[in-house]
Amino acid sequence: MTAVVELEKRFEPKIIGFLCRWCSYAGADLAGTSRIKYPPNINVIRVNCSGRVDPTLVIKALASGADGVFIAGCHPGDCHYTNGNIKTLRRFKLLQKMLDQFGIERERVRLEWVSASEGERYARVVRGMTEDIRSLGPLNWKHAVEAVA
Amino acid sequence: MTKLKIAFNWASSCGGCEIAILELGTKLVELANKVDIVFWPAALDYKYSDLEAMPDNSIDVTFENGAIQTSEDEHMAKLLRAKSKLLVAFGACAYMGGIPSLANTTNRDGIFASSYKETPTTDNPEKTFPQTKVQVKEGELTIPEFYNTVKTLAQTVNVDYYVPGCPPVGEQVSKVINQFVDGPLPPKGAVLGASDRSLCHECKRIRTDRKIAKIVRTYQTIPDPQKCLLEQGIICMGPATRGGCGSICLDANAPCRGCYGPLPRAIDQGGKMLSALSSIFDAQSEEDIQKLVDSVPDPVGTFYRFSLARSLLRRTKP
Repeated sequence: MTAVVELEKRFEPKIIGFLCRWCSYAGADLAGTSRIKYPPNINVIRVNCSGRVDPTLVIKALASGADGVFIAGCHPGDCHYTNGNIKTLRRFKLLQKMLDQFGIERERVRLEWVSASEGERYARVVRGMTEDIRSLGPLNWKHAVEAVA
Repeated sequence: MTKLKIAFNWASSCGGCEIAILELGTKLVELANKVDIVFWPAALDYKYSDLEAMPDNSIDVTFENGAIQTSEDEHMAKLLRAKSKLLVAFGACAYMGGIPSLANTTNRDGIFASSYKETPTTDNPEKTFPQTKVQVKEGELTIPEFYNTVKTLAQTVNVDYYVPGCPPVGEQVSKVINQFVDGPLPPKGAVLGASDRSLCHECKRIRTDRKIAKIVRTYQTIPDPQKCLLEQGIICMGPATRGGCGSICLDANAPCRGCYGPLPRAIDQGGKMLSALSSIFDAQSEEDIQKLVDSVPDPVGTFYRFSLARSLLRRTKP
């Protein structure tokens, strides 16, 4: 009985993952078909290119209850659309700087390059991110903002 | 024909929106043939008790400018909502929080500390801070409560229409007022007195290849008046901002700062501008990108200059 209660008390981060369909989604697929274990905290949204991830989507996820946002695309040079992932990197770097100002910890929003063959790496990165956010605690943005009226 | 009864009021604002109305000049006199101004504390001698005495829904249209930062702002917003058939958020502050909502990067204690303690010109040895109540010989004095978070008008009461701008440009103001007099009115919730396309669409400057190799601040250069400011490295909010203002800042060789707010289908002006700007950084390597990012001085204050309260995150982490 005690064990059950302990389990329920543990904070389970909610992570939104934007994976590019050509590399990272295939990488996540490989992790699945290879039966590699990783935490179920990530909710994956497949996008055609990581360059499609408008910063507004990241901000919206954080504002609507996500504890973290994970973006993954092809390694530089491997983008299916030549340089979509470089655009992602530019946006991500500036977004990081802006989220610092908002007081959102860097561990909560991550950009990683994951190729279609890197199932193991995908699982490792998601595992690491989940644990990082678990130790940070919930973001709970909407509630926190409304509480300080 | 009965004249349209209109009211103007200000909340936390600089008064620029009131000037925008006065700027109508002789048009204001012509307007007086069509409308009755029944409440306008900034220009005419009205007391709050006059408003309280009016029956509910007796004002046809109220134009409220300014953000909601104090209990007085909130009280007046609620009172005007009850007295008015239509309530219009007039100007960037009422619509999006405006400049006052940059206060959402801190809180009441932070603002008080800065204003009454830390600034070099402050001389406050007794450490007097604003109190909502104070006892004096003659009795109790009160001032409104100052809130931690600045809100837009729509985050406080129901709003029927929005007019953007800091302040709304004169031509649009008379157009909007005439729209209420003569109709027809668009569905409720619409933004009036602005274009549905970005400012870039009406900007007369020449665009070639949009790329930024270096961010330049306005005090560091005199920009070429013919060329796109973004291409010259100056952060111009044009791509993420509604047109309709007549691009007056750009005509004065100054960049757009975004006071007309986000485009119709954009929910977050700052996020859109961040996206537009960073995607045209002329840098491929992580190192070069970082250098450009480091040269953007204040992302929140730049991209959300007028819209922090109406943004998705609304304020910095409490």
